[in-house]
Amino acid sequence: MAEKLLDWNEVLIGATIKDPGNSRSYETGSWRVERPVWNPDECIQCMFCWVYCPDSSILVDENGKMTGIDYDHCKGCGICVEQCPKKSKALTMLLEADAKGKSEEEIRKEAFSK
Amino acid sequence: MALLNDLAKKKEGLVNGHRLCPGCTHSVIMRQALAAADTDKYDIVIAAATGCFEVSTGLYPYTSWNVPWIHSAFENAASTIAGVEAMYKVWKKKGKTNKDIRFIAVASDGGTYDIGLQALSGAIERGHQFLYICNDNNAYQNTGNQRSSATPFGASTTTSPNGTIIQGKTQPKKDIMSVLEGHHMQYIAQASPSNWRDLMDKVKKALDVNGPTYINVIEPCTTGWGFPAHKAIEIAQLAVDTCVWPLYEVVEGKVVINYKPKNKLPVEEYLKPQKRFAHLFKKGNEHLIEEYQKQVDKHWEWLLKREESGISY
Amino acid sequence: MGKKVALTGNEAAAHAIRQINPDVVAAFPITPSTPIPQNIAQYIADGKMDTELVTVESEHSAMSACIGAAAGGGRVMTATSANGYALMWEMLYIASGARLPIVMAVAARALSGPLNIHGDHSDIMGGRDSGWIELVAENSQEAYDNLIQAVKIAENKDVMTPALGAFDGFNISHSIEIWEMEDDDKVREFVGEYEPLFPLLKTEEPVTHGAWAPPDWYFEHRMSQLKGLLNAKDVVVNVGKEFGKAFGREYGIYEAYKMDDADYVIVAMGSVCGTTKDVVDSLRDNGVKAGLLKLRLFRPFPYKELADVLSGAKAIAVLDRVSPAGAQGGPLFNEIRSALYDANNRPPVINYSYGLGGRDTQPVHINSVYDTLKKIVETGKVEKQFDCLNLRGAWG
Ligand SMILES: Cc1ncc(C[n+]2csc(CCOP(=O)(O)OP(=O)(O)O)c2C)c(N)n1
Ligand code: SF4
Ligand code: SF4
Ligand code: SF4
Ligand SMILES: [Mg+2]
Repeated sequence: MAEKLLDWNEVLIGATIKDPGNSRSYETGSWRVERPVWNPDECIQCMFCWVYCPDSSILVDENGKMTGIDYDHCKGCGICVEQCPKKSKALTMLLEADAKGKSEEEIRKEAFSK
Repeated sequence: MALLNDLAKKKEGLVNGHRLCPGCTHSVIMRQALAAADTDKYDIVIAAATGCFEVSTGLYPYTSWNVPWIHSAFENAASTIAGVEAMYKVWKKKGKTNKDIRFIAVASDGGTYDIGLQALSGAIERGHQFLYICNDNNAYQNTGNQRSSATPFGASTTTSPNGTIIQGKTQPKKDIMSVLEGHHMQYIAQASPSNWRDLMDKVKKALDVNGPTYINVIEPCTTGWGFPAHKAIEIAQLAVDTCVWPLYEVVEGKVVINYKPKNKLPVEEYLKPQKRFAHLFKKGNEHLIEEYQKQVDKHWEWLLKREESGISY
Repeated sequence: MGKKVALTGNEAAAHAIRQINPDVVAAFPITPSTPIPQNIAQYIADGKMDTELVTVESEHSAMSACIGAAAGGGRVMTATSANGYALMWEMLYIASGARLPIVMAVAARALSGPLNIHGDHSDIMGGRDSGWIELVAENSQEAYDNLIQAVKIAENKDVMTPALGAFDGFNISHSIEIWEMEDDDKVREFVGEYEPLFPLLKTEEPVTHGAWAPPDWYFEHRMSQLKGLLNAKDVVVNVGKEFGKAFGREYGIYEAYKMDDADYVIVAMGSVCGTTKDVVDSLRDNGVKAGLLKLRLFRPFPYKELADVLSGAKAIAVLDRVSPAGAQGGPLFNEIRSALYDANNRPPVINYSYGLGGRDTQPVHINSVYDTLKKIVETGKVEKQFDCLNLRGAWG
């Protein structure tokens, strides 16, 4: 993630940025204390989580359906969970510490068993 | 309005990796607005005012923008976009582009109600084609939650603090919608990210006007207002349901209220979850909440009457 | 073929802008530059130019709209003076930082307070470090010629820096002089087409303009910007030569008037140089080796070239049309003295404030300066390093 620092005679003039949307390479997932965990079996694909996510971190397929969460960027605000009509069944929060070192399956189990 | 699944398929104009606080609704509003824009029909160019949103999405060498975007200063989003739009007219005239381009200026309350009001008024009066979106988070958040003329009555900010003899901001919030109404634009509206469909409809409508339009959007700020990040949308919804933030349009001067809560909640419901209002709930400060309620009711009644009258320009 | 016309400096600027026919002009009226946007509006109304005129509600918005338009992608011009220039201040730095080659006509005027609408260099000297190229004219002809050249200088790919063409408020802006107006086609051919670097309106290649630069980046951007400004020096010379070829009036970064063997030298900018030339001529007639160094390019400051041409002098007086404002002297004085510090021969340099707020500067005042220089050379003593010309009451 470390950006390449350019010399004064290498930077684009006017501090212009020609690489649209390049902030994607800056990962804000590390800010997270808690993470949303998704259960596809309970999800009704209403996409409320998508429309309310401040960090465009609801992953979507070519049909506009939710396929998961972008943990590289999700800041763990919890808005998606709060707005999910199937809250605590389709989407729930789990402490990062409790997710550490676990497989996706284990994390899901841990999150939804509570 | 298309289904959310259809909108979710679109390439997003604002991407992640930005540095807004977790749960900040600046980006929620813009994501909804850009999703609403009919980008098969036209392209969007944005000018932003200095503030939380701008510093978080344009931090060299990173940009979170997938659409052309310019920031120049705090008080001039409107005059900056006016310049871009003027150049667009030239490009069209000279055949340098055959594209349909629509313009958006975005600022928060500081850049709109206060320091940017003159530039906004001027650009509207000149009739540039642009949609001005004000993400109103009720204070100068980027510099640490100082009061603005959009700060509501009673709210404690770092320059209108709650103290032993003064309890937060003593003046009511500026009615910017009425200020803008005085410009007799074709379309102005107030919206909330909690009511995304309504917000999207408004943005789409506004972008189809060949002239200046304005949308005032409540932008709950977890950091400045003092509520847990996950509550951001709930807070916006409470503002709507208490009529603190009525959802309405002024179309050619005619008021259309888009949402009338069946059960209009007392303002306490909105105030309670926010630290900036905590002191209002202290013993002896009941009158401040009463005053708050009075201001909200008065404005709501006035809006209802205006709607009923059906008067337009 | 060009033709001789008898018109004011403002009209000269307005005609230059009409002939350049920029894509966008955003401007706001202020004395003494008001006639420029007025004339432009009339030219547009009469179909004599097809610029998009944005009649903004303030100069802050004028420069903001210029920035928006230039970033949009095209040629942009404006005009202002004094308080209008001051109100643009914040945006001047942003225009140069964004490397947008906006060109501005400045009818230079005193800054308030007290309010004064007359000629003075308070505006352009106050903004001298805003990163703009500054060209200063002696008369209407130069005001006209400078604006045309400024477009080419600012837009040069090694420069890409905004430029202002200044001329003294009232002394030039409002006085009718005879000057040569070139043919519209020839002017247009001279300035050529401008290809913007990163236009916002090219929506298929979305660019971000105006991201903020944290400490890791700001310094590099500022130095990159400085390089562009410094590159302007050679470009000014080259464009001045090209202009000479095209129109018969060649320009450099300064004009050395009877400087070859001059002992007593005045350094100045703007309309006072006309008066000074007359004084030099009469002194020369009387065998006094007087000379004038008229500076045309104030930013970037051509300190090496100036040191070279000045180091033969025996005594130098620098005329500043501003108050020193608490510095050791006026800005031109400080820069000239600093330029001479490394010279082999370091003549004494004194400083005068003159012409503030439209105060007259007559041959008698200029003569007194040369007298003082002579005295300094004769006695080897500088009695007053700083003084005022035509001020009531002795200064100091
Ligand atoms: C001319 C000027 N004055 C002051 C500032 C400092 N400043 C930067 S952002 C800001 C407040 C922004 O408030 P607002 O417009 O409400 O945006 P928010 O950060 O709340 O989203 C201030 C005071 C500035 N950048 N420029
Ligand atoms: S927790 Fe917040 S950032 Fe993460 S996916 Fe949910 S709404 Fe988006
Ligand atoms: S809000 Fe809940 S139910 Fe709706 S798409 Fe997201 S996870 Fe599925
Ligand atoms: S301070 Fe408020 S407005 Fe600013 S980024 Fe944080 S949440 Fe958003
Ligand atoms: Mg704000």
